Amino acid sequence: MSTQYDLIVIGSGPGGYVTAIRASQLGMKTAIVEREALGGICLNWGCIPTKALLRSAEVLYLAKHAKDFGLVIDKADFDLQAVVKRSRGVASQLSNGVKFLMKKNKIDVLEGTARLEKGAPAPKVIVKGKDGKDTSYQSRHVILATGARARDIPQAGLVADGKLIWTYREAMTPDVMPKRLLVIGSGAIGIEFASFYNELGAEVTVVEVMDRILPVEDEEISKLAEKEFKKQGLNIVTGAKVENVKAGKSTVTADITDKTGKKSTQEFDRAILAVGIVGNVENLGLEALGAKIEKTHVVVDGFGKTGVPGLYAIGDLTGPPWLAHKASHEGVSCVEAIAGKGHAEPFDASNIPGCTYAHPQVASVGLTEKAAKEKGYDIKVGRFSFIGNGKAIALGEQDGLTKVIFDKKTGELLGAHMIGAEVTELIQGYVIARQGELTEQDLAHTVFAHPTISETMHEAVLDAEGRVLHL
Amino acid sequence: MSINITMPALSPTMEEGTLSKWLVKEGDTISSGDVIAEIETDKATMEVEAVDEGTVAKLLVPAGTEGVKVNAVIAVLAEEGEDASSIKAPEAKAAPAPEPKAAEASPKPTSGSPQPTSQSQTITQTDTKITAAATPLPSASTSDGRIKASPLARRIAGNKGIDLASLSGTGPRGRIIKRDVENAKPGAAPVTATAAAASSPDGLILPQVLDDRVYAPDSYELKPLDGVRKVVAKRLTTSFMQVPHFPLTVDLSLDRLLASRTAINNAADKGVKVSVNDMLIKACALALMDEPDCNASYTDKGIAYHKHANVSVAVAIDGGLITPVIFKAETKGLAEISIEMKDLATRARDRKLKPQEYTGGTFSISNLGMFGIKSFASIINQPEGMILSVGAGEKRAVVDAKGGVVAATVMSVTLTCDHRVIGGAEGAKWLQAFKRYVETPEAMLL
Repeated sequence: MSTQYDLIVIGSGPGGYVTAIRASQLGMKTAIVEREALGGICLNWGCIPTKALLRSAEVLYLAKHAKDFGLVIDKADFDLQAVVKRSRGVASQLSNGVKFLMKKNKIDVLEGTARLEKGAPAPKVIVKGKDGKDTSYQSRHVILATGARARDIPQAGLVADGKLIWTYREAMTPDVMPKRLLVIGSGAIGIEFASFYNELGAEVTVVEVMDRILPVEDEEISKLAEKEFKKQGLNIVTGAKVENVKAGKSTVTADITDKTGKKSTQEFDRAILAVGIVGNVENLGLEALGAKIEKTHVVVDGFGKTGVPGLYAIGDLTGPPWLAHKASHEGVSCVEAIAGKGHAEPFDASNIPGCTYAHPQVASVGLTEKAAKEKGYDIKVGRFSFIGNGKAIALGEQDGLTKVIFDKKTGELLGAHMIGAEVTELIQGYVIARQGELTEQDLAHTVFAHPTISETMHEAVLDAEGRVLHL
Repeated sequence: MSINITMPALSPTMEEGTLSKWLVKEGDTISSGDVIAEIETDKATMEVEAVDEGTVAKLLVPAGTEGVKVNAVIAVLAEEGEDASSIKAPEAKAAPAPEPKAAEASPKPTSGSPQPTSQSQTITQTDTKITAAATPLPSASTSDGRIKASPLARRIAGNKGIDLASLSGTGPRGRIIKRDVENAKPGAAPVTATAAAASSPDGLILPQVLDDRVYAPDSYELKPLDGVRKVVAKRLTTSFMQVPHFPLTVDLSLDRLLASRTAINNAADKGVKVSVNDMLIKACALALMDEPDCNASYTDKGIAYHKHANVSVAVAIDGGLITPVIFKAETKGLAEISIEMKDLATRARDRKLKPQEYTGGTFSISNLGMFGIKSFASIINQPEGMILSVGAGEKRAVVDAKGGVVAATVMSVTLTCDHRVIGGAEGAKWLQAFKRYVETPEAMLL
């Protein structure tokens, strides 16, 4: 059978659609399959709409604190449905943007649900359209970018019902403003929703099974975040287990065992499940093709190869970190390797920034202090608190910290960790430094604009050298 | 807006050249196409034409300056309506600190001349106008002694005592990054290799210095290397070190070829005098067509089998060697080859060959017969796969078919082959074909 496409990408999230564009740039005749909305979870139900919600929360916070800035606002309030509507509008604008990008790059959009069957040179792609009819396509290569979804843990009684027990999806489009909200899990998703609903006035309880919130972040940053959230009124319970989350008529009950082993049943209006992610590996026909699946993720090499001829996988589907930018980058590596063009580099997971857009923001790249020590590095650590930064004080954002970890022997920037205003925008400076393999000396010699919060990045480096200027 | 005129790259191998002569002076008005300077490149003297018009505001590099790097600004033009006297030379940024150099290894430009090499660093894309059609090459990472490496890689290499010059980088554009250094063994190359890379003009040849204790400096005269000498040294050293080569020698009877030559020249138009070498060129070309496996170049991506026999002919010139090419020699008659060869050789000795006339060969022939050399083995002229060394035709006592001893004109030739491309049997088959054309010259008419 002759091939209709050089490449079919399954899934149009930030992994899939970026991969398709790159493939088209490299001269491949490309199609993309999407069962729902172009842009996938990220654009429609993830990164972007939550940022719109958090922006509303931020403006509300500023309005409530107008007095601190010498401004008079009689009553700062919000209209929940209008906040949600704005968020949905942002999402749909971007989804249309992806539609335009597909058209511009001459990528065929195949609407429907895909499954795979044995084929050559790559598995055949069968797309079940909205009319229920199957259409079969043969392509030279197939890249799976089907993403992931929120994880349920039925054994522990943690299953979303979409009404009272939410996943991110319902949490993004609330029907009512919950008075008492339980957030299970304190990763980026849990913390962002906790921060949002707390700002809007809900009484929020965050339960984390690990001994600290944002457990992938540096310990010091986690502690600062916890302190700040508690100050804002968040109820944070760490080292605790949640079980038997049950939906009643209009409330939810949950059994919470705290770190001392004391178990109590508590009642909430809504609960949000944010206990991790599982890959969308089902109903694709992967088992029959012999693709290897481990812990709900497809096993791949550095270029996304699954081992099945012509079949590749990228993004959330292949495992953590579950980040849009990881998916896009992996997709580009994969497709460049397929085309044999560009400077195809196997995907390197060690230099991916992670960002949490709560108030305060948290951003990091590389190793935590603890991980660096465990790896046997002899380290030097530099810190700079926002209290010594003019711009942060002018903004009224003097709570924050920039922390850097260097290898004492080589000056390698092993990790950078930031908490405070705008740090999600700033972390990129350290990511570039790491990619370019700059040492502490290069960073110390770099000129940072004044007044900016980025100066804390310079000062933290100087601190590691024992020559901090403004503290 | 003033226009910078830069040192053009006139051949793919050119990295620097000598600005031998200015044909304009400051204040002259020039227009596009005017010849403004003569440049001695690595192999020849070339004229530089202007591509822009204007008034010559500044000549930045005095005539006679050696070692002017490709792309260095050599002059500045003022455009119409611009006051030439107000134009300043482009600011020269300090060049990267040069590595310590062995004084003998690289001759310095004439003292008192500006350092045009440093200016090539400051030219931006927008104000660069190349004055020749040739495209300048991006400079190789080691041509100026600079090694592309990340700061972290440098630090780790320093800590571990690894010589960066001994590594090849896997980062973008060959940059040496952390993983390259981490995978390297300390002391992988002796420290002296760094000095070698930095001090030799090409980064390949070890420093060649005379020890003052052995040869008193006043006991010899040191003549600076010119472009030709540098290129010959670099190319032949590279070839001899890189190419696994082997020689094959065979004796040829020349009597019939000599007889044919006489007959041909008697029949030829006036002014045409075919030499033995011209006939050997033709025989080589036809043998290459018979054995196409031998008309080949080794590359990392695969073996390039050339479709035509472009025969490079080694010509000794004052201070070196050059190899003008008879292109598609298999398609040319003896008279045509003879006339072309004479013209090329004359212009080669005057250093007036164009780069495209001495590059692009697929096979070389070198003849030292006129000096009475019996046999010798030449060094492969990369990327060609073979070179034929032709000795003198001489009367020798030969045992004939009946077992009697007779006098015959015999010539020994040695074929040096790149073993990555050509096996012993292929080389031998080529020599058989060649021998057939030489010993049965009528076959060349077929």
